[in-house]
Amino acid sequence: MTLQTTPLNAAHRAMGAKMVDFGGWDMPLHYGSQLEEHNQVRTDAGMFDVSHMRVVDMEGDGVRDFLRYLLANNVDKLQSSGRALYSCMLNPAGGVIDDLIVYFINEKMFRIVVNAGTADNDIAWMKEQAAVHAPKLAIKSRTDLAMIAIQGPQAAAKLWQAMPGLQNLAESLKPFTAVNMGTMFVARTGYTGEDGFEIMLPNQAAAFFWEALSKAGVKPIGLGARDTLRLEAGMNLYGHDMDDTISPLEAGLAWTVDLKSERDFIGKAALLAHPPTRKLVGLVLQDRGVLRDHQVVKSSHGDGEITSGSFSPSLNLSIALARIPAAVQIGDTVQVSVRDKLLNAKVVKYPFVRNGKGLV
Amino acid sequence: MSNPADLKYTASHEWVKTEADGSITVGITQHAQELLGDMVFVESPEVGRKLKAKEECAVVESVKAAADIYAPVAGVVTAFNEELTSEPEKINADPYSAWLFKMKPDKSASLLIR
Repeated sequence: MTLQTTPLNAAHRAMGAKMVDFGGWDMPLHYGSQLEEHNQVRTDAGMFDVSHMRVVDMEGDGVRDFLRYLLANNVDKLQSSGRALYSCMLNPAGGVIDDLIVYFINEKMFRIVVNAGTADNDIAWMKEQAAVHAPKLAIKSRTDLAMIAIQGPQAAAKLWQAMPGLQNLAESLKPFTAVNMGTMFVARTGYTGEDGFEIMLPNQAAAFFWEALSKAGVKPIGLGARDTLRLEAGMNLYGHDMDDTISPLEAGLAWTVDLKSERDFIGKAALLAHPPTRKLVGLVLQDRGVLRDHQVVKSSHGDGEITSGSFSPSLNLSIALARIPAAVQIGDTVQVSVRDKLLNAKVVKYPFVRNGKGLV
Repeated sequence: MSNPADLKYTASHEWVKTEADGSITVGITQHAQELLGDMVFVESPEVGRKLKAKEECAVVESVKAAADIYAPVAGVVTAFNEELTSEPEKINADPYSAWLFKMKPDKSASLLIR
């Protein structure tokens, strides 16, 4: 099968990227050193091509009511234009079809950004639900848009340098809000635990913008560092920390699920009928080694599993997210099966790193 | 970087150097370190451990993956590179001087090379 490419494919190759097949997309893993790229984002500014992610625009009367039913988080939290909300989209069994960000534009339009690997399935599900509950709604897959993330403590300063015209409008942009600027949609969001922006723009403008950022000293960052940055920031990765068989309540996402209000949403009944017996926690390895996905976690309350494990470049030790029995407490020590050994790990609250500082 | 001509290579991307006294030194190739990326952890075999040929005996881990290292010959471990415990990144910087371990091959053993 031919790999899908983003409008920045040639730019990545010109910058010396090691390209990999990432869920059917030809994407940069790193441009030399994953560790240097990680540190670049924690201390300065880096840019990510996230054009493989899909923008979906929902337009029409009743779009808010439809989203109140479609999503586990409550879009009524979004009352001013540009506000963003993180939410899961659940199946009737309470499993996570995808996690996404929804932006309120106006009462006739919301914008949603979903994961690359799940996009086609998501859109099919949205259309299936809309056919029943909001048949007049238009659900548009915006494959004409690219997306570039600029992240790091110097992200704002270097973004203004690259695109001086953006400064006045975006300077006052609060975290988790977005603003439309001509053909660009600029959101103060990200997946690294640092300040930064995610910018959606027409495919044909992406290479020019990337080049302008590069000239302003923003270094390109591959998917490798994107993963260690998000893990340190304690952000879930779809397909690793949750999927369509996992309840958001067992994936550390209870804070995004609105079970208190009267509002009904897809998956709510299943969540209420099945209280969580496991929970997602952070692990910090006490012994030498590296925690990896799918390693078994042994506790006095039963076994669990690492859902995302890696070396943490910012902390210089190994960390993980793990799904373990709910009775295990923060501060407990558990054992992780690593090859033929049992290694000690401490159970901690995450995030591990926020705004460049270690928290564990 | 091309592979140095005085070394021998296994199919699993270890390099092997035969020393004057008949002992061997083992490391990983430039190709292997490039594939793995930034090294963050090395687990070496203990000195005195008897190894069979092809036995898993060491692990190198980069940020993204773990890779097993196999004994290129049957024999006994005589040394491991302690420097790599605190500075695994030396493998990335120069994989042909950042050796992992040394072995004294069994008398009848033959090297598993390509």
